[in-house]
Amino acid sequence: MTAARLSAGGSAIDRSRPVSFSFDGRIVEAFEGDTIASALLAADIAVVGRSFKYHRPRGIWGAGVEEPNALVDVGGSQRAAPNTRATTQPVCAGLVSTSVNASPNAAADRNAFIDRFARFIPAAFYYKTFMWPDWHLFEPRIRAMAGLGKVDPNWKSRGPAEFAEQINHHCDVLVVGAGPAGLAAARLAAAAGKSVMLVDEQYRPGGSLLHRDAQIDGAPAAAWVEETVAVLEAAGHPVLSSTTAFGIYDHNLVGLNQRHHDGRPDTLWRVRPRRVVLATGAIERPLPFADNDLPGIMSADAALVYLRRYGVLLGRRVVVATNNDSAYEVSGALAAAGAEVALVDLRADALPMPAGVSPHVGRAVVSALGRMRVEGVRLDDGTTLAADSVVVSGGWTPTVHLFCQARGKLAWHEDRASFLPGDTVEGIAVAGALAGAVSLSDVFGTVERAAASFAESKTGLPRSTGTEATGAIMPAWPVPGAKGRVWIDYQNDVTAKDVELAARENFVSVEHLKRYTTLGMATDQGKTSNLAGLALMAGITGRAVPEVGTTTYRPPFTPVPLTSFAGAVGGELMSPVRRLPLENVHRASGAVFQEYGGWLRPAHYGGTDADADAVIRDEALRARGSVALFDGSTLGKIEVMGPKAAEFVDFIYYNTMSTLKPGRCRYGFMLSENGVVFDDGILIRLDEHRFIVSCSSSHVGAVHARLEEWRQDRFGRDAVYIHNATAEMATLTVSGPRSKALVEALGLGLPLDDAALPHMAIGKGTFGNDPVRVARVSFTGDRSYELSIRADRAKPLWAVLQESGKAFDAATIGLEALMILRAEKGYIVIGKDTDGTTMPHDLGVDGPRQKRGSDYVGRRSLFTDVATADYRLQFVGLRVADGEAPLSTGAHAIAKPEGAIRSQGFVTSSYHSPILRRPIALALIERGATRHGETIDLQHLGMLRRATIVAPCAFDPEGGRLNA
Amino acid sequence: MTRRYSAFSLFREGIAGQKGWEPAWRSPQPRKTYDLLVVGGGGHGLATAYYLAKNHGITNVAVLEKGWIGGGNTGRNTTVVRSNYYYPESVALYGLAHRLYESLSDELNYNVMFSQRGMVTLCHSVAELEVAARLVNAMQINGTDAELFSAEDVRRVLPNYNFAPEARFPVFGGVWQGRAGTARHDAVAWGYARAASRLGVDIVQNCEITEFIVEGGRCRGVETKRGSIRADRVGMAVAGHSSVLAAKAGFRLPINSYALQACVSEPVKPILDTVVLSPGTGVYASQSDKGEIVIGGGLDRVPSYGQRGNLPTLESVIAGLLEMFPAFGQLKLMRQWAGIVDVVPDSSPIIGESPLPGLFLNCGWGTGGFKAIPAGGTLLAHLLATGRHHDISRPFDLDRFATGRLLDEAAGSGIAH
Amino acid sequence: MQLFPCPFCGPRPETEFHYGAEAGNLRPDGAEVGADRWAGYLYMRANPKGATREIWVHMTCGEFFAMERDTIDHKIGRSLALGENAE
Repeated sequence: MTAARLSAGGSAIDRSRPVSFSFDGRIVEAFEGDTIASALLAADIAVVGRSFKYHRPRGIWGAGVEEPNALVDVGGSQRAAPNTRATTQPVCAGLVSTSVNASPNAAADRNAFIDRFARFIPAAFYYKTFMWPDWHLFEPRIRAMAGLGKVDPNWKSRGPAEFAEQINHHCDVLVVGAGPAGLAAARLAAAAGKSVMLVDEQYRPGGSLLHRDAQIDGAPAAAWVEETVAVLEAAGHPVLSSTTAFGIYDHNLVGLNQRHHDGRPDTLWRVRPRRVVLATGAIERPLPFADNDLPGIMSADAALVYLRRYGVLLGRRVVVATNNDSAYEVSGALAAAGAEVALVDLRADALPMPAGVSPHVGRAVVSALGRMRVEGVRLDDGTTLAADSVVVSGGWTPTVHLFCQARGKLAWHEDRASFLPGDTVEGIAVAGALAGAVSLSDVFGTVERAAASFAESKTGLPRSTGTEATGAIMPAWPVPGAKGRVWIDYQNDVTAKDVELAARENFVSVEHLKRYTTLGMATDQGKTSNLAGLALMAGITGRAVPEVGTTTYRPPFTPVPLTSFAGAVGGELMSPVRRLPLENVHRASGAVFQEYGGWLRPAHYGGTDADADAVIRDEALRARGSVALFDGSTLGKIEVMGPKAAEFVDFIYYNTMSTLKPGRCRYGFMLSENGVVFDDGILIRLDEHRFIVSCSSSHVGAVHARLEEWRQDRFGRDAVYIHNATAEMATLTVSGPRSKALVEALGLGLPLDDAALPHMAIGKGTFGNDPVRVARVSFTGDRSYELSIRADRAKPLWAVLQESGKAFDAATIGLEALMILRAEKGYIVIGKDTDGTTMPHDLGVDGPRQKRGSDYVGRRSLFTDVATADYRLQFVGLRVADGEAPLSTGAHAIAKPEGAIRSQGFVTSSYHSPILRRPIALALIERGATRHGETIDLQHLGMLRRATIVAPCAFDPEGGRLNA
Repeated sequence: MTRRYSAFSLFREGIAGQKGWEPAWRSPQPRKTYDLLVVGGGGHGLATAYYLAKNHGITNVAVLEKGWIGGGNTGRNTTVVRSNYYYPESVALYGLAHRLYESLSDELNYNVMFSQRGMVTLCHSVAELEVAARLVNAMQINGTDAELFSAEDVRRVLPNYNFAPEARFPVFGGVWQGRAGTARHDAVAWGYARAASRLGVDIVQNCEITEFIVEGGRCRGVETKRGSIRADRVGMAVAGHSSVLAAKAGFRLPINSYALQACVSEPVKPILDTVVLSPGTGVYASQSDKGEIVIGGGLDRVPSYGQRGNLPTLESVIAGLLEMFPAFGQLKLMRQWAGIVDVVPDSSPIIGESPLPGLFLNCGWGTGGFKAIPAGGTLLAHLLATGRHHDISRPFDLDRFATGRLLDEAAGSGIAH
Repeated sequence: MQLFPCPFCGPRPETEFHYGAEAGNLRPDGAEVGADRWAGYLYMRANPKGATREIWVHMTCGEFFAMERDTIDHKIGRSLALGENAE
């Protein structure tokens, strides 16, 4: 045994509540409050993972989010979570953890042999090889080797109850980090009457005060921590633990991810504070020596965390290696806990040696000894020290990530061997170690400055009354040409030699270094490694560290579950479908629904997948034979009114609309400014200054937006008013030879004879007490009536239509049958029979383009070179030989000039027409309008067909049925 | 010095401690004059320099890069290479790039890891399937590979997709391009830089352009932070900043700059074998050789030159991804970033001489510049070397906005706008 | 997430807004406008890096307005209802 749980101590654990979980198939005993890492250490499990590339054995380095080595796949009683940091995941009964990137397990990984070939596969080796004979021969094996944890493909979120919560929060002051600086800042802000939020990524507030010696206001710091949290919470200020501020975005929106330890998914907080205080602390760095990655080598601060919070003593014989003052307290504590401690300090004139610690000052560790775990170190004077663990402190890297995300600039401080915030960012203050403070008194000094903008009074600012920490440091960066393998990025296996190789090959900019060697690109994002890499590059290239620069700090600070970002947004909550007022009535009638342009609409009534075609054809046939009932409620109904309404619609439409008489309708196109047909539909003129734009169902929102834009931009708010009434009214269509008889039977109280209500006219009737607008417009080519009524009164009208319709053999038809009916007539559907280049003259409507004098949207674009070109795709019908099957929609007409095949257009709509008993098709064909009668070749998925170009209208070309 | 990359040279250098490799590219001081200048040291600019040297024998060329090579969109994209385009002009352009990618590792002696894992663009309705058929037929007619996938075919390549009956975006089929895939983006820039440098091209980093030298109405060079540099012709390939340089040269471009975000998950063992795009969610994803799920979505809502991510777009992209692949709910987001893309009204690039004679454009690639690097380089090199269009670049000239002869792929897919 | 000031509704999250166009791009009317001028109106943009003035629409209230904005750091300046513009 080396590492072991002491018989007492450990502020985080509850020894009365033992918990067992498994790691790599082995049962591990722990206490409630343990992390997986502290429990593995207590069980003396040294090798907890394998590195990404060389499969080196790796042990626990840290005690927090910076952990590069100890990643496990978590499952069992916990939500499945690959690549979880063992240092931040609390244990719980039934938790199953598995080391990543190791097979069968971390201790005995069958890919460990790769490390022996490391010299042949240095940084970026893959750019130099695997080219012959072909990358594709090598790639599958490489892919299988890559990746860390495993995703369970059968994992399913257990439904909406498990969606991650997302909370928007506003406060005056958001304090990030609940160490001494953050706690003090939050308390000052609260005392100043501000609303405060205090967040910390650890399991409880306190930060370094949870394990470092400190006295505040004459009492142990722990008491002050508890009191401060109590004061904040009592005043209603949220204090969130296990909560990581992962990103600062535009306008200082801060993203938080809160972890729960009760099986719930994490919570995303979007916090919009007036001010942010960053008290994010600092992260301890490793020291550069050969094989500094061996299991059993740990951050000195982490060793103290495990000792004081978890009652785990890392080893019996411990070497502490340092270049700064912070490891002295650790050495003393380890010795006091019973370890035999040797302290190796790079500096000759160091602090007084703690009791029981054997000193090796002015010495450096040059290499670690051991294979699967550390067994000692060799010093630069050649002596070796035996050890079962080595704890190191290479200095502290302030956690500047959030500050830099907020576009803060850094300044290099040689005396501290670190970057610190170098300018100010509006709305953001920094405090504590991030502001360069080391001693607790300095920390509170930075808090006073940070709080200046929101707390006038310093009442409540604590005083440090204990021994003050000191921060003297002699930089210890990796140096070029060092012997052995000095590891810089533990997870991605980047050594000092790799950095040297990058420099040799001219990858000397910091971003090139990162990308070429992958330094800092692992899941820890280089929290412990970036600075060492930079400093080494500076050393190699003879530059100062700040000349090399820093890489961009990108969110998130630590990996955040995707579920937090998604929240409840999924399914229809992500993209709602629009629904008909009569949806349930249609369902009761056996309607089969499909989504069309965002609307859920009946495709057909009754039938199964197998006989859908037959059902649709029957609907279409009955519509031609008697009368069809159709729910057309999705049609746009945008009201345009006001003194300039007529002028407005003239400008909006391609066709002149101001000549329309009240009570009449006209079909027209709306163009985009680029001349392309954007929408088609009926314009209804209700009276002199009032129109209804009846646009396509799927374009209502876009048409409304365009109308508003032109209204506000060109006509003014007082001249025209626009109201989208689409959802207010239901529109029920009655179409077919017997439609007039059926509408008459309804008794709507308006004359229906053709003189009073001709085709393209509207009338006003009533149904019960409700007005009904009756429009004689047709999308089937048969006499048709569109009955528009308040949406909430559509149900009884539909019921009467159904009931009265029985006497007329009425057929209720879905959209699929309607599509056949309109295609028989050659009526277009924008976006289906047109594309984003189709102009009105391509559809045979050239009059306004030739004749209109007034301006309208898109006019000038109808006269460009391309608009007047002779090769335009024009709208036509296609006819195949009798007995043949319908063409495929999407088939291309092809031509073979000089042998090279090229497209001459394509089929846009194709159906079997039940009334004509033959296939019909619509198409856009190059110069099609001039080529009626010509037979062309069509290609679909490699198969060729022939068809003859005909007029688009295949049924009742004279249009007699409109009035029949 | 070891120049050639191979398994053998790696082995030899392994024995020798990797100490014999020469710099991947030289970093000389810029000279006062060159025959030709290329502004922008991203993939397109470096490829232009390489093809000038290789195809045209012109090596008295400098590539001027504001920061470090490959640091713009070349190093920020989601690495997809495909040529599934509708119009013959587009297929000619992207098809050229696609073919060059297939032999690029050999050509450059640099493994760009072009991984032809295939790409499927999903169809979520019958209507989308019909448009897909139109696209597949066009691609086949225009001579590039395409298949129309059934729902079952999609299930075969994307077993982890959400095929649940209640899925918001059900699968009716898809468009499959088997030759599509991903390539290692940095390697493309570095590979071209190395090859161009070896042929004699000067690559000058940290050399920002402050203005163009204009004499007699022609562009005669550039002023830079490292002095003035003159040349007979200047090409610019500065995706994301094209309008800024255009303003310096005194003209406007039909470009709006937007941030396009991307993100990666933590690396996991293989779970996604192909590139997938869902029009319903607007999300596309692939898994890198390192194991990260590489995720992209739509543009940000706000025109921007700020190269940073934000929450609203990220949230909707991730929600879309989880709608497509519920099991990815186990994953964590590792990194989020943004690049600035040139958004052109017809989403096709602009290649040709600018309104300032002597200055040639390669811009407007929108979200799809990476896949076109070899073609963009070939065509801009042709323009710079000859002063004339290559047949493939002619339709992409800036003059198309006045003639109306736009090449709008979205329009070809039935979207009027 | 940025906050944009709608002149009618006050500061609201960016997701409620839709970008319209660069401000000041006036439409040349008529069929006789030169091809280049028309293309300039339709397509050519200053697309400035830094301070700019743009037309936005607040989709929840439907109103278009002009807003000053910086395209690099996303700082927001004044927002004015159409017709309020001094220029």
